[in-house]
Amino acid sequence: MDGAAILERLRGRFGGDVVETHDHRGDHTAVVTRGALPRLLAHCHDERPLAFDVLMDLTAVDYLTYPGREDGPRFEVVYHLYSLAHNHRLRVKVRVDEDDAVVPSAVDLWPIADWFEREVWDMFGVRFSGHPDLRRLLLYEEFIGHPLRKDYPIDRRQPLIGPTV
Amino acid sequence: MGVGSFFTSKLDEAIGWARKYSIFQYPFVTACCGMEYMATACSHYDIDRFGAGLPRFSPRQADVLFVVGTISHKLAPVLKRVYDQMTEPKWVVAFGVCTCTGGFYDNYATVQGIDTIIPVDVYIPGCPPRPESVIDGLMKLQDKIAAQAQRY
Repeated sequence: MDGAAILERLRGRFGGDVVETHDHRGDHTAVVTRGALPRLLAHCHDERPLAFDVLMDLTAVDYLTYPGREDGPRFEVVYHLYSLAHNHRLRVKVRVDEDDAVVPSAVDLWPIADWFEREVWDMFGVRFSGHPDLRRLLLYEEFIGHPLRKDYPIDRRQPLIGPTV
Repeated sequence: MGVGSFFTSKLDEAIGWARKYSIFQYPFVTACCGMEYMATACSHYDIDRFGAGLPRFSPRQADVLFVVGTISHKLAPVLKRVYDQMTEPKWVVAFGVCTCTGGFYDNYATVQGIDTIIPVDVYIPGCPPRPESVIDGLMKLQDKIAAQAQRY
Protein backbone atom coordinates (compact mmCIF):
# COMPACT_ATOMS: atom_id res chain seq x y z
CA MET A 1 0.00 0.00 0.00
CA ASP A 2 1.49 3.37 -0.83
CA GLY A 3 1.73 6.12 1.73
CA ALA A 4 -1.16 8.21 0.46
CA ALA A 5 -3.49 5.21 0.60
CA ILE A 6 -2.35 4.43 4.17
CA LEU A 7 -3.13 7.98 5.26
CA GLU A 8 -6.50 7.80 3.48
CA ARG A 9 -7.31 4.59 5.29
CA LEU A 10 -6.39 6.07 8.67
CA ARG A 11 -8.44 9.20 8.03
CA GLY A 12 -11.43 7.08 7.05
CA ARG A 13 -11.09 4.91 10.11
CA PHE A 14 -10.19 7.47 12.76
CA GLY A 15 -11.74 10.65 11.35
CA GLY A 16 -11.00 13.72 13.44
CA ASP A 17 -8.47 11.90 15.59
CA VAL A 18 -6.07 12.17 12.68
CA VAL A 19 -5.32 15.83 13.28
CA GLU A 20 -3.06 16.41 10.33
CA THR A 21 -1.36 14.51 7.55
CA HIS A 22 1.41 15.44 5.20
CA ASP A 23 4.04 13.88 3.00
CA HIS A 24 7.48 15.04 2.12
CA ARG A 25 9.42 13.35 -0.68
CA GLY A 26 7.49 10.14 -0.27
CA ASP A 27 7.58 10.01 3.54
CA HIS A 28 4.05 10.09 4.90
CA THR A 29 3.16 11.39 8.31
CA ALA A 30 -0.01 11.30 10.38
CA VAL A 31 -0.39 13.50 13.46
CA VAL A 32 -2.94 11.94 15.79
CA THR A 33 -4.57 12.77 19.10
CA ARG A 34 -3.24 11.13 22.22
CA GLY A 35 -6.61 9.54 22.97
CA ALA A 36 -6.68 7.68 19.67
CA LEU A 37 -2.99 6.78 19.64
CA PRO A 38 -3.21 3.27 21.18
CA ARG A 39 -6.07 2.28 18.89
CA LEU A 40 -4.35 3.72 15.83
CA LEU A 41 -1.03 2.03 16.58
CA ALA A 42 -2.80 -1.28 17.24
CA HIS A 43 -4.63 -0.85 13.95
CA CYS A 44 -1.37 -0.24 12.11
CA HIS A 45 0.19 -3.24 13.79
CA ASP A 46 -2.65 -5.76 13.46
CA GLU A 47 -4.45 -5.09 10.19
CA ARG A 48 -3.23 -7.35 7.39
CA PRO A 49 -3.07 -4.64 4.67
CA LEU A 50 -0.92 -2.45 6.94
CA ALA A 51 1.01 -5.03 9.00
CA PHE A 52 3.49 -2.59 10.55
CA ASP A 53 5.47 -5.24 12.37
CA VAL A 54 8.61 -3.16 12.99
CA LEU A 55 8.92 -0.10 15.16
CA MET A 56 12.02 1.39 13.54
CA ASP A 57 12.31 4.31 15.90
CA LEU A 58 10.50 6.06 18.67
CA THR A 59 11.78 9.46 19.65
CA ALA A 60 10.61 12.94 20.59
CA VAL A 61 11.09 16.55 19.55
CA ASP A 62 11.07 19.59 21.80
CA TYR A 63 9.41 22.53 20.04
CA LEU A 64 10.07 25.01 22.86
CA THR A 65 12.01 27.45 20.68
CA TYR A 66 10.90 26.29 17.24
CA PRO A 67 9.87 29.32 15.12
CA GLY A 68 6.10 29.41 14.84
CA ARG A 69 5.57 26.58 17.32
CA GLU A 70 6.51 28.34 20.58
CA ASP A 71 2.93 28.50 21.82
CA GLY A 72 1.76 25.07 20.73
CA PRO A 73 2.17 21.76 22.56
CA ARG A 74 5.78 21.53 23.56
CA PHE A 75 6.63 17.93 22.72
CA GLU A 76 6.00 15.71 19.78
CA VAL A 77 6.54 11.95 20.18
CA VAL A 78 7.39 10.35 16.86
CA TYR A 79 6.89 6.72 15.80
CA HIS A 80 8.56 5.38 12.68
CA LEU A 81 6.77 2.24 11.50
CA TYR A 82 7.88 -0.23 8.88
CA SER A 83 6.21 -3.28 7.40
CA LEU A 84 8.47 -6.15 6.37
CA ALA A 85 5.59 -7.85 4.56
CA HIS A 86 4.64 -4.85 2.43
CA ASN A 87 7.86 -2.84 2.48
CA HIS A 88 6.03 0.35 3.33
CA ARG A 89 6.56 2.96 6.00
CA LEU A 90 4.59 5.42 8.06
CA ARG A 91 5.46 8.14 10.55
CA VAL A 92 3.00 8.77 13.38
CA LYS A 93 3.26 11.79 15.64
CA VAL A 94 1.43 12.74 18.80
CA ARG A 95 1.66 16.13 20.50
CA VAL A 96 1.72 16.59 24.27
CA ASP A 97 1.98 19.59 26.56
CA GLU A 98 4.82 20.04 29.00
CA ASP A 99 2.63 19.91 32.12
CA ASP A 100 0.92 16.75 30.94
CA ALA A 101 3.73 15.00 29.09
CA VAL A 102 2.35 11.45 29.21
CA VAL A 103 1.83 9.14 26.25
CA PRO A 104 0.33 5.63 26.29
CA SER A 105 3.04 3.00 26.03
CA ALA A 106 3.46 0.91 22.88
CA VAL A 107 5.34 -1.92 24.60
CA ASP A 108 2.44 -4.34 24.16
CA LEU A 109 2.60 -3.95 20.39
CA TRP A 110 6.35 -3.76 19.87
CA PRO A 111 8.61 -5.00 22.69
CA ILE A 112 11.43 -2.78 21.41
CA ALA A 113 9.36 0.20 22.53
CA ASP A 114 10.52 -0.66 26.06
CA TRP A 115 14.00 0.80 25.58
CA PHE A 116 12.89 3.51 23.14
CA GLU A 117 10.42 4.84 25.67
CA ARG A 118 12.96 4.69 28.46
CA GLU A 119 15.32 6.72 26.28
CA VAL A 120 12.65 9.33 25.54
CA TRP A 121 11.89 9.56 29.26
CA ASP A 122 15.62 9.88 29.96
CA MET A 123 16.32 12.58 27.39
CA PHE A 124 13.04 14.52 27.19
CA GLY A 125 11.13 13.72 30.39
CA VAL A 126 8.08 12.44 28.54
CA ARG A 127 6.39 9.66 30.51
CA PHE A 128 4.74 6.58 29.04
CA SER A 129 1.71 5.27 30.89
CA GLY A 130 1.56 1.50 31.11
CA HIS A 131 5.29 1.06 30.62
CA PRO A 132 6.50 -1.91 32.73
CA ASP A 133 9.73 -0.32 33.98
CA LEU A 134 10.18 3.35 33.15
CA ARG A 135 13.73 4.05 34.34
CA ARG A 136 16.45 6.11 32.72
CA LEU A 137 18.18 4.15 29.98
CA LEU A 138 21.44 5.93 29.12
CA LEU A 139 21.99 8.26 32.05
CA TYR A 140 22.16 7.37 35.73
CA GLU A 141 19.44 7.74 38.34
CA GLU A 142 21.18 10.63 40.14
CA PHE A 143 21.11 12.77 36.98
CA ILE A 144 19.04 15.93 37.40
CA GLY A 145 16.94 17.07 34.44
CA HIS A 146 16.49 15.84 30.90
CA PRO A 147 19.38 16.91 28.67
CA LEU A 148 17.75 17.00 25.24
CA ARG A 149 15.16 19.53 26.38
CA LYS A 150 15.84 22.86 24.74
CA ASP A 151 15.93 24.65 28.09
CA TYR A 152 18.59 22.34 29.53
CA PRO A 153 21.72 24.52 29.98
CA ILE A 154 24.44 23.18 27.75
CA ASP A 155 27.15 23.85 30.33
CA ARG A 156 25.34 22.53 33.41
CA ARG A 157 27.55 20.32 35.56
CA GLN A 158 25.96 17.31 37.18
CA PRO A 159 27.00 16.04 40.61
CA LEU A 160 29.49 13.23 40.14
CA ILE A 161 28.24 9.92 41.40
CA GLY A 162 30.32 8.46 44.17
CA PRO A 163 32.75 5.55 43.94
CA THR A 164 30.63 3.26 46.09
CA VAL A 165 27.67 3.27 43.68
CA MET B 1 72.74 10.66 61.02
CA GLY B 2 74.91 11.37 57.99
CA VAL B 3 75.41 7.74 57.16
CA GLY B 4 71.70 6.91 57.51
CA SER B 5 70.49 9.70 55.23
CA PHE B 6 73.19 8.88 52.69
CA PHE B 7 72.03 5.30 52.45
CA THR B 8 68.32 6.19 52.30
CA SER B 9 68.80 8.55 49.39
CA LYS B 10 70.86 6.06 47.41
CA LEU B 11 68.34 3.28 48.03
CA ASP B 12 65.61 5.67 46.85
CA GLU B 13 67.48 6.21 43.62
CA ALA B 14 67.99 2.51 43.04
CA ILE B 15 64.32 1.78 43.68
CA GLY B 16 63.25 4.70 41.50
CA TRP B 17 65.49 3.43 38.70
CA ALA B 18 63.99 -0.05 39.00
CA ARG B 19 60.44 1.20 39.18
CA LYS B 20 60.67 3.53 36.21
CA TYR B 21 61.78 0.65 33.97
CA SER B 22 59.15 -1.84 35.15
CA ILE B 23 55.92 -0.05 34.42
CA PHE B 24 53.02 -2.43 34.31
CA GLN B 25 50.14 -0.50 32.82
CA TYR B 26 46.45 -0.97 33.12
CA PRO B 27 44.98 0.38 29.84
CA PHE B 28 41.54 1.81 30.62
CA VAL B 29 40.60 2.26 26.97
CA THR B 30 37.21 3.73 26.14
CA ALA B 31 37.47 5.55 22.82
CA CYS B 32 39.39 6.38 19.65
CA CYS B 33 42.58 7.24 21.56
CA GLY B 34 42.87 3.48 22.02
CA MET B 35 44.03 3.14 18.42
CA GLU B 36 46.91 5.50 19.07
CA TYR B 37 47.69 3.69 22.30
CA MET B 38 47.88 0.42 20.35
CA ALA B 39 50.13 2.03 17.73
CA THR B 40 52.44 3.22 20.48
CA ALA B 41 52.45 -0.12 22.24
CA CYS B 42 53.21 -2.19 19.14
CA SER B 43 56.53 -2.85 17.49
CA HIS B 44 56.88 0.33 15.42
CA TYR B 45 57.09 2.65 18.43
CA ASP B 46 57.53 -0.12 20.98
CA ILE B 47 57.08 1.15 24.52
CA ASP B 48 58.77 -2.03 25.68
CA ARG B 49 61.96 -0.04 25.13
CA PHE B 50 60.91 1.94 28.19
CA GLY B 51 60.08 -1.09 30.25
CA ALA B 52 56.38 -0.53 29.77
CA GLY B 53 55.72 -3.38 27.40
CA LEU B 54 53.41 -5.55 29.47
CA PRO B 55 49.88 -4.33 30.04
CA ARG B 56 48.10 -6.01 32.92
CA PHE B 57 44.39 -6.53 32.68
CA SER B 58 43.86 -6.62 36.39
CA PRO B 59 44.28 -3.34 38.30
CA ARG B 60 45.70 -5.32 41.22
CA GLN B 61 48.80 -6.14 39.15
CA ALA B 62 49.26 -2.70 37.58
CA ASP B 63 51.42 0.29 38.48
CA VAL B 64 50.21 2.89 36.02
CA LEU B 65 46.62 3.53 35.05
CA PHE B 66 46.45 4.69 31.44
CA VAL B 67 43.08 6.39 31.02
CA VAL B 68 42.67 6.39 27.26
CA GLY B 69 39.54 8.04 25.90
CA THR B 70 36.42 9.92 26.90
CA ILE B 71 35.05 9.21 30.36
CA SER B 72 31.32 9.69 30.81
CA HIS B 73 29.67 10.42 34.14
CA LYS B 74 28.15 6.97 34.05
CA LEU B 75 31.60 5.40 33.75
CA ALA B 76 33.17 7.62 36.42
CA PRO B 77 32.45 5.27 39.37
CA VAL B 78 33.96 2.38 37.41
CA LEU B 79 37.16 4.32 36.78
CA LYS B 80 37.34 5.30 40.43
CA ARG B 81 36.88 1.72 41.52
CA VAL B 82 39.61 0.49 39.17
CA TYR B 83 41.94 3.17 40.57
CA ASP B 84 41.10 2.19 44.12
CA GLN B 85 41.90 -1.45 43.40
CA MET B 86 45.44 -0.67 42.28
CA THR B 87 48.13 -1.21 44.89
CA GLU B 88 50.66 1.41 45.91
CA PRO B 89 52.82 2.76 44.42
CA LYS B 90 50.56 3.80 41.56
CA TRP B 91 50.45 6.51 38.96
CA VAL B 92 47.85 7.80 36.51
CA VAL B 93 48.33 9.00 32.95
CA ALA B 94 45.57 11.03 31.29
CA PHE B 95 45.86 10.05 27.64
CA GLY B 96 44.24 12.44 25.15
CA VAL B 97 42.45 15.72 25.56
CA CYS B 98 39.15 14.14 26.61
CA THR B 99 40.67 12.65 29.73
CA CYS B 100 42.65 15.84 30.42
CA THR B 101 39.74 18.31 30.20
CA GLY B 102 36.74 16.70 28.56
CA GLY B 103 37.94 18.01 25.20
CA PHE B 104 35.24 19.30 22.93
CA TYR B 105 32.67 17.16 24.73
CA ASP B 106 31.47 20.06 26.84
CA ASN B 107 28.12 18.43 27.44
CA TYR B 108 25.86 16.72 29.93
CA ALA B 109 27.42 13.27 29.56
CA THR B 110 31.18 13.78 29.80
CA VAL B 111 33.47 14.14 32.79
CA GLN B 112 35.37 17.41 32.38
CA GLY B 113 38.79 15.96 33.06
CA ILE B 114 39.48 12.79 35.04
CA ASP B 115 41.33 14.82 37.66
CA THR B 116 37.88 15.62 39.02
CA ILE B 117 37.72 11.93 40.05
CA ILE B 118 41.27 10.64 40.60
CA PRO B 119 44.72 12.25 40.91
CA VAL B 120 46.66 12.49 37.64
CA ASP B 121 50.46 12.43 37.28
CA VAL B 122 50.99 13.08 33.59
CA TYR B 123 48.69 14.71 31.06
CA ILE B 124 49.17 13.84 27.38
CA PRO B 125 47.11 16.25 25.28
CA GLY B 126 46.17 15.66 21.66
CA CYS B 127 43.16 14.42 19.79
CA PRO B 128 44.46 11.79 19.67
CA PRO B 129 48.10 12.33 20.74
CA ARG B 130 50.68 11.06 18.30
CA PRO B 131 52.85 8.17 19.50
CA GLU B 132 55.74 10.63 19.94
CA SER B 133 53.64 12.59 22.43
CA VAL B 134 52.77 9.41 24.24
CA ILE B 135 56.40 8.40 24.50
CA ASP B 136 57.23 11.93 25.68
CA GLY B 137 54.55 11.59 28.35
CA LEU B 138 55.84 8.18 29.33
CA MET B 139 59.38 9.55 29.72
CA LYS B 140 58.08 12.42 31.84
CA LEU B 141 56.36 9.85 34.01
CA GLN B 142 59.63 7.90 34.27
CA ASP B 143 61.43 11.07 35.37
CA LYS B 144 58.76 11.67 37.96
CA ILE B 145 58.93 8.09 39.24
CA ALA B 146 62.71 8.21 39.48
CA ALA B 147 62.78 11.58 41.23
CA GLN B 148 60.06 11.09 43.81
CA ALA B 149 60.54 9.88 47.35
CA GLN B 150 60.07 6.13 47.22
CA ARG B 151 57.89 4.25 49.63
CA TYR B 152 58.60 0.57 50.07
